[in-house]
Amino acid sequence: MENKQAEDLQSAERLGVGRGAWRAGVLLLFLALALAGSFLSLTKGSSVITMRQIADILLHPGTDPQSQIIWNIRMPRTIVGALVGVNLSLSGAILQAIMRNPLADPHIIGISSGAGLAGVAIMILFPALEYLITPAAFIGAMLAAVCIYILAWKNGIKPVRIILAGVAVSAFLSAGISGLMIFYSDRVHGALMWMVGGLAARSWPHVQIILPYAAIGMLLALASAAYLNILQLGDEMARGLGINVEVTRVLLTAVAALLAASAVSVVGLLGFVGLVVPHAARLLIGSDYRYLLPASALLGIAIVTLSDTFARVVFAPIELPVGIIMAFLGAPFFLFLLRREI
Amino acid sequence: MMQPILEARHIDIGVNNKTIVHDLSLQIPEGKITAIIGPNGCGKSTTLKALSRIWPCQQGSVVFKGRDIKSFTHRELAQCLAILTQGPQAPADLTVQDLAEMGRFPHRGFLGRGAKDDGRHVEWALAQTNMTEMRHRLLHTLSGGERQRAWIAMALAQRPQVLLLDEPTTYLDICHQLEVMQLLLKLNRELGLTVVMVIHDLNHAIQYADYVAVIKQGRLVTCGEPQQIVTAQLLAQVFRVQADEFACSNGLRALLPVDLCR
Repeated sequence: MENKQAEDLQSAERLGVGRGAWRAGVLLLFLALALAGSFLSLTKGSSVITMRQIADILLHPGTDPQSQIIWNIRMPRTIVGALVGVNLSLSGAILQAIMRNPLADPHIIGISSGAGLAGVAIMILFPALEYLITPAAFIGAMLAAVCIYILAWKNGIKPVRIILAGVAVSAFLSAGISGLMIFYSDRVHGALMWMVGGLAARSWPHVQIILPYAAIGMLLALASAAYLNILQLGDEMARGLGINVEVTRVLLTAVAALLAASAVSVVGLLGFVGLVVPHAARLLIGSDYRYLLPASALLGIAIVTLSDTFARVVFAPIELPVGIIMAFLGAPFFLFLLRREI
Repeated sequence: MMQPILEARHIDIGVNNKTIVHDLSLQIPEGKITAIIGPNGCGKSTTLKALSRIWPCQQGSVVFKGRDIKSFTHRELAQCLAILTQGPQAPADLTVQDLAEMGRFPHRGFLGRGAKDDGRHVEWALAQTNMTEMRHRLLHTLSGGERQRAWIAMALAQRPQVLLLDEPTTYLDICHQLEVMQLLLKLNRELGLTVVMVIHDLNHAIQYADYVAVIKQGRLVTCGEPQQIVTAQLLAQVFRVQADEFACSNGLRALLPVDLCR
């Protein structure tokens, strides 16, 4: 009995020492996956360019067609994909902590339905104003998030009220989207592609739109890691430890909304990233947000760029929207989580 | 009574638009163990939460060392008062040490600055609660009593002057109950930590508390030294049970409820 306890203690001690190394290893693995995914996304496409050529083009940009393809088509697309992966993953990770709900993701605070209705309305009703889709979707997403917040407010915010208000508002807005699509069924093709979410034809202007939000969002998210850790202990303990829970939850929801809205407005309603990536990262690295946030961001880059590459090559020359790949990968993974954890 | 360290002055507390604590005034003596007792739903947990400001008062004020606790920032107050709520939740992969380190949160600046002494305080808190050897164990692998000690380690790492606990012995077997009570007694006697606890076991209140506040239907019934006020008569009045009194080997009273009052 004594021996058994001593052994337990020793293995627990090893666990404590080994945990740091394990986390570093997982972060390195995710970093390698992110780099591999990004590089692969540069190499694959309808025009065949070899790895060696790409390395050469990256180091010495030229004016030949291959260089143009890399710099003006594949590079911005890869960057948009990577940033979208980062934004949606961080947004989902933050929301899962502040809502204390494993199902929380950017859809829950109305980001997708708000962006969806605004984007689809422009595409169907005012096709001539297509250049406004991104700003309109962004505004729609933020309006929906604010609306849910106001509806859920009653002496502060309770996660369950946000989730219920989110479901209600999303259902309402989705009815609007369906209505538009049925009335104008001849024009739905573009809207459908956008509803699924895809990276086709995303270029430097899109990078410019999403980059500032991604940069600010990443900094804010990493700065709030300690707060997110404490919020996981529940509202009352968090208050007892000196957090103004109401204010913190409002601010962090705003950060999550900005991250997700900027991503969704650029690529459409890409689902599952914000839900699945933080869970997958959590399985390997644990729930300490100081490690979970960077891990989610890196895994987000890897998943989106790899899925997009796959979407481009699997039925080449036909290109699938990456959202379809995400859903195909995401749904089974979600079921796996269901059997394992909950 | 000397200057109280923590004091409720005529507080009303509401839950869901219903006032459940009425005009309650209570003085917590410094350096003592205070037990708050009363029937289910009498507002004792809510009072404890109001004392630590994790639940707001509708009326009246709570004063810590002569200063209204509303005038403290959240962080300042968390450096003075630590509270353990009932059955707190934590992520499954949290270790004892992770939890204890969270107790340092109120002492850290933005982005974790000023964390220099954290290690020392965490070590101290783990040692006080006898958790040093279990520091790398996951919380959910601990027994109920060990887990409670881990949470107390977190609260101690806050270096509070007052430790408030909501039913710290609920769901524990009698051995673990005594373990927790004796830990609190040790912290009080050796460190002079002021302890306030909501507790159901009246015999624990008699054995371990220096001061008892009795609450019924949101009002303070009486308060004072447990040996004097926790009697069979009080049980009949407040809990509507008929109890027999016994003398323990240490000379203190023990109460055994034998029937409901009719």
